[in-house]
Amino acid sequence: MKVVVDFDLCESNAVCMGIAPEVFEVRDDDMLYVLDEHPDAALHDRVREAVSRCPKQAISLED
Amino acid sequence: MSEPKQIVIVGASLAGLQAAQTLRRASFEGSIVLIGDEPHFPYDRPPLSKQFLAGAWEEEKLRLRAAVNPSELGLDWMLGVAATGLDLDLRTVALGDGRTVTYDGLILACGAHARSLADQPPGVFTLRGLDDARALRSALDTGPARVCVIGAGFIGAEVAATARERGLDVTMIEAAAAPLVRVLDAGAGLAIAELHRRHGVDVRLGVGVNEVQAGADGRVERVLLADGSAVEADVVVVGIGVVPNTGWLEGSGVSIDNGVVCDSTCLAAPNVVACGDVARWNNPRYGRLTRVEQWDNAVDQGAYVARRLLEEGGVDPEPFAPVPWFWSDQYDRKIQLAGVTGPNAEVVNGSLDEQRFVQLYADDSGRFVGALAWNRPRQAIQARQLLEQEAGLDEARAALGG
Repeated sequence: MKVVVDFDLCESNAVCMGIAPEVFEVRDDDMLYVLDEHPDAALHDRVREAVSRCPKQAISLED
Repeated sequence: MSEPKQIVIVGASLAGLQAAQTLRRASFEGSIVLIGDEPHFPYDRPPLSKQFLAGAWEEEKLRLRAAVNPSELGLDWMLGVAATGLDLDLRTVALGDGRTVTYDGLILACGAHARSLADQPPGVFTLRGLDDARALRSALDTGPARVCVIGAGFIGAEVAATARERGLDVTMIEAAAAPLVRVLDAGAGLAIAELHRRHGVDVRLGVGVNEVQAGADGRVERVLLADGSAVEADVVVVGIGVVPNTGWLEGSGVSIDNGVVCDSTCLAAPNVVACGDVARWNNPRYGRLTRVEQWDNAVDQGAYVARRLLEEGGVDPEPFAPVPWFWSDQYDRKIQLAGVTGPNAEVVNGSLDEQRFVQLYADDSGRFVGALAWNRPRQAIQARQLLEQEAGLDEARAALGG
């Protein structure tokens, strides 16, 4: 699994950080940082949930 | 429910699609029928009042990700046809074209429609679906001399912001004393009014609308207000709330009262669950029937009811007890509320005047119940987590202050 964020769509709502803080972090500059582009299998369900619940549909997954 | 063979979902928008996707993720291999009264594949609604209305996005960009490839989830799509009746004994849904669909499990995700005025001459718009947005966008493209927005809820306030950013003159009228009174406290609502005024919107609060008048050509010409004044406008947008789509369920045996009434697990009848804007369930976190018209709730509840339906007859399911959360984008402000407002409000980060702040809410007993964040997205999500953990006010102050 590879996590890809479309930063033209991302508006740093930080929903993803709430669901998978190991992978996503919104910092004080209000920008999203992907901490781990290739998360472990144990995180996959939560990363998928973050994809579903991103209000801007800015996150996608590649194989 | 043992081994359902066919699950029918009425409503092909965010909640319904999320339910379908969750069923497949839970390895449900039976048939899924997705019924939608609009002819369009599922699309995202929030951009309709923002990027799409602004002209920045085209329709392709609105499609919900899980529907970009419609064959991917193996769904039986029935689009452009409305559900017209439900028979709980026969387990059938009747359709507007005369067909009938049988279900083992039924998910009601049929949403809501925009409330409109009794008489809406040409030039008066509501905004709920893609067709509405196309029509309104075309009207704004013609460069009207003034846009009058009736109602300062989410739709009204976002349309006002978008129209203003398109360089149009805008008047926004709200019968209540402040915008967004249904979800915000008056102080925060007045901050929204101030935001719009700073951007040049003529905001009229505490005044109702008596009549929308058409000119000699039959098109809208002015809006007459209860205080005797008039607003000349060639485009009028009515944003006075929504009505749950429950008409087709009348007499079916499903309990209807401002939505489909469900228990705390979103169950409306045997093997029938409801989610999204139409569902009114008992959220045990608040101990009252709640209907939430928010994007995130549609996703969360859509996923929940799908799992709930598959577990039917098995273990007792956990109730659906989310902390609500929403956002609204107006101009360059990102407005988010986690939880609910309360009678006691305190700003712990930034200030209302800066229009960048975090405001905490406590109920009468001093319990932390919600947080409003303007351009503080990280704190909004943190607040939601603190609310889920039932953190106290002091803990929230320490975590979210600054």
